[in-house]
Amino acid sequence: MKEGWEAVIGMEIHAQLATATKIFCGCAVETGGEPNSNTCPVCLGLPGALPVLNENVIELGARAALALGLEVQGTSIFARKNYFYPDLPKGYQISQYDKPFSANGTLTIMTSERDASGHATEWKPMNIHIQRMHLEEDAGKNVHEGLPDVDKYSYVDLNRAGTPLGEIVTSPDFRTSWQAYDYVNHVRRALQWVGASDADMEKGNLRCEANVSVRKIGETDFNNKVELKNLNSVRFMQKAIEFEIERQIAAHEADEPVAQETRLWDEKNNQTRVMRSKEDAHDYRYFPEPDLQPLKVTPDFVENVKARMPELPDVMRDRFMETYQLSYSDASQLVGDRSFAEYYETVARISANPKLAANWILGEFTRELNSSGKTADESLTTAEDLAELVITVEAGKINNNQAKEVFAEMFATGKPAAKVIEEKGFEQISDTSAIERIVDDVIASSEANVAAYRGGNDKLFGFFVGQVMKASQGKANPKVVNDILRHRLVG
Amino acid sequence: MDVRKIANLAHLEITDDEVALYTPQMADIVKYVEQLNELDTDSVEPMLGGLTVEGASTDTMRMDEPRGSFTPEEALGEAPSGVAGHFQVPKVL
Ligand SMILES: [Zn+2]
Repeated sequence: MKEGWEAVIGMEIHAQLATATKIFCGCAVETGGEPNSNTCPVCLGLPGALPVLNENVIELGARAALALGLEVQGTSIFARKNYFYPDLPKGYQISQYDKPFSANGTLTIMTSERDASGHATEWKPMNIHIQRMHLEEDAGKNVHEGLPDVDKYSYVDLNRAGTPLGEIVTSPDFRTSWQAYDYVNHVRRALQWVGASDADMEKGNLRCEANVSVRKIGETDFNNKVELKNLNSVRFMQKAIEFEIERQIAAHEADEPVAQETRLWDEKNNQTRVMRSKEDAHDYRYFPEPDLQPLKVTPDFVENVKARMPELPDVMRDRFMETYQLSYSDASQLVGDRSFAEYYETVARISANPKLAANWILGEFTRELNSSGKTADESLTTAEDLAELVITVEAGKINNNQAKEVFAEMFATGKPAAKVIEEKGFEQISDTSAIERIVDDVIASSEANVAAYRGGNDKLFGFFVGQVMKASQGKANPKVVNDILRHRLVG
Repeated sequence: MDVRKIANLAHLEITDDEVALYTPQMADIVKYVEQLNELDTDSVEPMLGGLTVEGASTDTMRMDEPRGSFTPEEALGEAPSGVAGHFQVPKVL
C-alpha cells in the first residue's frame, strides 16, 4: 500500500448452515439435484403457505456464534427484507434486522503480512469485532448455461431457495487485504470445526463480500466505500481488495471521485468492475415477519450447546504448544482440520512421543494424505497403528528409511505396522545374545584378520561389521553389533 | 409522502393524476394508524404472529427431517413459462 494511506475494510460472510432440510420447510438441501426438484409451497412462495422454523438451524447457528465469540441473543426477530428479483419467489427474503440471532463478538485471529513470494512474514494476534450473525434464507439461482434464448430470458432454479444461512458481519476493522484473508480462513475453519457449515467457497456454501475504502493515515472520517462481490475464493477476495485499495488511492490522489458502488471481481482481467451504483440502492422496507414468532433461546440451551462443542482450534493449538512442547508453526499446522488434529493427538498419546509423532503426522502422513486426496478420518491407517510404528522407530527396531517404506504400505493397505514389518523382513535383531553368537562365529572364522586388527589395523573393523551383518541377513541392529564387536575384538 | 418512490419500490406504474389522488389518501391512512403511537407501549413486548384463535402459542419449530417435495413438473405447473425444468423469466443480469 502506498505510504501515508490506510485501507478500511469490513467483511460480510454468508455461511450455509449444514442442515438436512431448508430453514422454513421440509425440502431437502442438496446440491446437484434436478432443477426445481426440492421445492414445495413454502419455498416457492405460493399463496397461503406458512414458514415453520427448522430447530437444527438454532443448534447450528448457536455453534457458529459460539465458535466466533458471539453472544446468542435471548430474543431475535425474523424480518421481511423486501425486493424484487426472479430468484426470490415471495418478493421478500426472510432475514433478521434490528434483533439478530447473535451479536457483539470479539474474535482473536492470527494474521501476517506476506512477502513478495506470498509467504507469511510474522504471525501476530489481532482482535476483530464481529457485530452480528443473523439467520436468513437463501435465494434461488439464476441459470443461463445450456438453456435456450439466453439473450432474451433468464432461468430460475429454486432448489437453493430457503437454504439456511448465517450472515456474519464485522466492524470495519481490517487494514490490509491479508488481514481480511486470514479472517475468512479463520472463520471457515471455525465453522467446519464445530460442524456448523461445510464452509466450502468453491461449492458456494461460504460466500464473502468486502466493504473497502481508503483514507490518509491519521484521518478518522470514512471516505466512500465500495462493496466487492463475486469473490469466489479467498485468494480472489484478497486480490480484489488489493486491486481496489490501489485504485481508490490513485483516484483520491488524482482528485477524482470514488463512487459508493458495488463492484465485481473480474478474474479474467484481474480487476474490479462496476456492478451497480448506490444511486439505485435498494430500500428494503424491513418489517417483522408476521408468520413467525420471536425466536427465544434460553441460556440453558446455549450452555447445553457449549457443553457439546469440541475444543476450539486456537485453544487446542495453544494446548499442543504447552503440553507437547511443539513450535507455533507445527501446532498451527496440526490444528488445520479437526479430524487431523484429533488423529495427531491420539498418536502423540499412545506413542508417548509427541515430537516424533508430530514429525510423522506433518511429514509422511501429510504427504500420503495430499497425494491420495484423503482426509485424516478417511485414512486406512488408524492413529493407533501409526502410533505403533512411531514406537517401533523410537525403539530402533527399524531404521527411518525402512519405516517410511513400511508406512507407505500401511497407508495403502491398512495393514498394521507389525504385519508389514514382518512381511518385509525388516525386524532388526537387537537381542544381544543372538548377535553375540554371530559375532563369536565371525571372530572364530577370521583368525588372520583378528590378529591383524589386534595388531593395529583399525580399518578392518568395517570388515567385521560387514561379516556380522551378512551373517544376520542385514537384520542385526548396527549399533548393537558395533558395541559387541568393539568389546570382543579387544581380546 | 413520496408516493412515486413507493410505487417504484412496488414495481407499480402510476400516472401524475394518480399521484395527485393517492398522496392525500395515503397521508390520511398513515395519520389514522399513527393514533396508535399515542399509547405508551414501552413496557409491552411486541406481539408477532403465530397465535391460535384462543391466544395460545402455536408450534413454532420442526425437526430437521426431509418431507416430500414437489416434482419439477408440479413445481412448474402453475408458472406462466417453464422451460427445461426451469422457470423462464425476462432476462436479468
Ligand atoms: Zn420447500
